[in-house]
Amino acid sequence: MSSAKSSIRTPLGRVRGLGSAGAGTGDFWRQRLTAIAMALLIIPAIIIVMMMLGRNHAAAQQILGSTSVALVLMLFTIASVWHMKIGMQVVIEDYVHDERLKLVSIIANNFFSVAVALSAIYAILKLSFGV
Amino acid sequence: MAHIERPISPHLSVYKLTLTMAMSIIHRATGIALYVGTLLLVWWLLATASGPSAYATFQGFIGSWFGRLILFGYTWALMHHLLGGMRHFVWDLGYGFGPTEREWLTRAALVGSISLTIMLWIIAYMVGGLR
Repeated sequence: MSSAKSSIRTPLGRVRGLGSAGAGTGDFWRQRLTAIAMALLIIPAIIIVMMMLGRNHAAAQQILGSTSVALVLMLFTIASVWHMKIGMQVVIEDYVHDERLKLVSIIANNFFSVAVALSAIYAILKLSFGV
Repeated sequence: MAHIERPISPHLSVYKLTLTMAMSIIHRATGIALYVGTLLLVWWLLATASGPSAYATFQGFIGSWFGRLILFGYTWALMHHLLGGMRHFVWDLGYGFGPTEREWLTRAALVGSISLTIMLWIIAYMVGGLR
């Protein structure tokens, strides 16, 4: 604890809000924030899926392209992808002990999550703008 | 340096499997399943955005017995992860740690997720059947 002696900040002041990882509790907080968002969005999301059942392409296109449906689906996509990215990273950190494989897995997790989010949002926007 | 035999902490295998333990594992497993399941969501949105033939391919898959089985499993995983998450929120707020409360919460999440899944599918068949 040599740094504690050379600094005029108290030990509590230095660690407050950072935690043992040194990066704070950002992921913990965002995991819960996105969970609350999905708990609220799940009801409209289920209604949207129910609206889609047994529809032909033209009707599906029209429903998914409407403003309220598109907004709900985009919010749900952002919340769920963010949530799953953090969750999968926790799983990787728990079970993958080889440093190199862990790094590769975490990178792949980030790439997969961004690809899923962007594909979904691209499709929703394309349906909304009808291009 | 001489190798010192240090006591090691017992791992999961030494404990009797309890319902709360099983549910903790299932929460993770459903999370991973939902992670992979987002590919289905992306396929659905991209197929709708692409056109009638891509949409027909998607409908053909999801309407098959295998597609429905996956979707049924996905529904349960989503409902279970949702209710399991609510349970974690109760714990995050500092409640429900007592032996009776935690067992009750765990059973409620399990019974709730199965009931919600069956209810949603009954509604889905009723809604889909009307079209």
